[in-house]
Amino acid sequence: MTTPTYVLTDSWTMTRRELARWGRQPVTVVVSLVFPVMLLLMFGYLVGGGRGVSGEYLDFLVPGMLALTMAFGLEGTMVAVTQDLNKGVIDRFRSMPMTSGAVLVGRSAADMLQSALGLAVLLAVAAALGWRAQGGPAGFLGAVGLLLLFRFAMLWIGIHLALVAGKPELVQAVQILVWPVGFLSNAFAAPESMPDWLGTVVQWNPMSQTATAVRDLFGSPGGEPGHVWAAVVWPLALLAVFLPLAVRRFARLGR
Amino acid sequence: MADAAITVEDARKTYGGSGGKHGKPALDGLDLTVARGTVHGVLGPNGAGKTTLVRILATLLRPDAGRVEVAGHDVVREGYAVRLRIGLLGQHAALDEELGGRQNLELFGRLHHLGARRARARADELLERFGLSGTGHKAVKQYSGGMRRRLDLAASLITDPEVLFLDEPTTGLDPRGRAEVWDSVRSLVGGGTTVLLTTQYLEEADQLADRISVVDGGRVVADGTADELKAAIGGDRIDVVLRDAGQLGAAVALLPVPRDAVTVDTDRRLLSAPVTDRMAALAGVVRALEESGVDAEDIALRRPTLDEVFLRLTGTGDRPKEAA
Repeated sequence: MTTPTYVLTDSWTMTRRELARWGRQPVTVVVSLVFPVMLLLMFGYLVGGGRGVSGEYLDFLVPGMLALTMAFGLEGTMVAVTQDLNKGVIDRFRSMPMTSGAVLVGRSAADMLQSALGLAVLLAVAAALGWRAQGGPAGFLGAVGLLLLFRFAMLWIGIHLALVAGKPELVQAVQILVWPVGFLSNAFAAPESMPDWLGTVVQWNPMSQTATAVRDLFGSPGGEPGHVWAAVVWPLALLAVFLPLAVRRFARLGR
Repeated sequence: MADAAITVEDARKTYGGSGGKHGKPALDGLDLTVARGTVHGVLGPNGAGKTTLVRILATLLRPDAGRVEVAGHDVVREGYAVRLRIGLLGQHAALDEELGGRQNLELFGRLHHLGARRARARADELLERFGLSGTGHKAVKQYSGGMRRRLDLAASLITDPEVLFLDEPTTGLDPRGRAEVWDSVRSLVGGGTTVLLTTQYLEEADQLADRISVVDGGRVVADGTADELKAAIGGDRIDVVLRDAGQLGAAVALLPVPRDAVTVDTDRRLLSAPVTDRMAALAGVVRALEESGVDAEDIALRRPTLDEVFLRLTGTGDRPKEAA
């Protein structure tokens, strides 16, 4: 029914709405960017112990933290969508002659932008600590691409969960649950160092696939050659399930 | 009706699907016609189906059955055409609380495809018109209830809609906020906009609406102008206030109506009864009071209040026979 040009215009308008919200809440944005940096330093010093925030453990930790930051993005997406749903503003959007998909596209674009910014900050801090990517420019760009692909999958899971749950109470439950799911990965330690059963769980965590592939592309310890395909297939599989589910759920809000 | 802005025929909606687990239908065969350029009040208690009706009219919710047209377009099949022509003021502020007032209006203007320049100009115009010019930069979450409602109303008027829905526009506002919103609504009328207003406040419907539909249990139980509705439940009433509450019992027998038609308010020492012939009833009651030595402080003839109409129509008591 709508003219195709409005899809882009409306999506851009909705993205700008999010950017305008950042301008209104600079502290929230800064905290969300600083939080992963805090985790990196904390784990670097605590877990890294004698190895400190340098050398081999840092090389191992940085890709893990990058992947973990992308995974935690799920929670931010879910909070934002839940807030919109419970504030009535979504009713105004839906009663206007705009492309209804723009609500979701705008959300995705803004969240991806924020995550890209988060990656940049984390990489800059890591570089300041002396970390260097060893895989060359192509490997570096490939790694960033894989991380953002993983984030994109997390984003649509977040949108879907928000549309299904819809209640702030359930957001809290998810906020707590992302921690064990994020930590049951190879972000901080290699699965080989874990009990068998745990190592298996950790190896199957989609986040671990991304972290392993990124380590490979950065030339870091813990990387496995030829693991990139898993870091492509897993997010795509998640997207194939959750993106259509979320879109369908959104379109059926009025039923 | 050819010049109807809103036509609803036999609309039905049960949440969770028809015959769904929640059982009771929110709309149970509702009929409604609103003429262009008028203000139509939909009056009913909580849970009568008012909000469901507005959500269906605004294309936010699909009816299970029935025909629903707004500005000449079917809300299910031509949702986009409807959305081009309507404005909605929902029960809860439909605004981005984090953004400023001007930012909100600009956002909605752009989403109405006004283009950046016109969206900005329109935002300024509306802020001015609703007395919010000085506060356009402030975040909406810092607004007072009345200001928020006015901004919400401004947002629903960005494109001068043909049909405007106001769902309980003053619920939760203090008297001053309510007066502000009433003034704004009044200033819209005459601009040719058709307004459908839901409310629980009888006074609000009486003040703002040309016609009123009384809704209960998901259907219209009475329809007409405020005066017609008042007339429909028995025309004029006579009120008698006594000096001595002890004489209320004796005075009831003096009124020219059956005992059970008289309402007695002991605290206010007040009797009230419907009458048919105003002057004959007044003269008769005055004479009867004098002869029996019952001391009256005040006697008055009056039209029934909408409160009485409302209670009568939606209460557990007598339903009107002409209930549609």
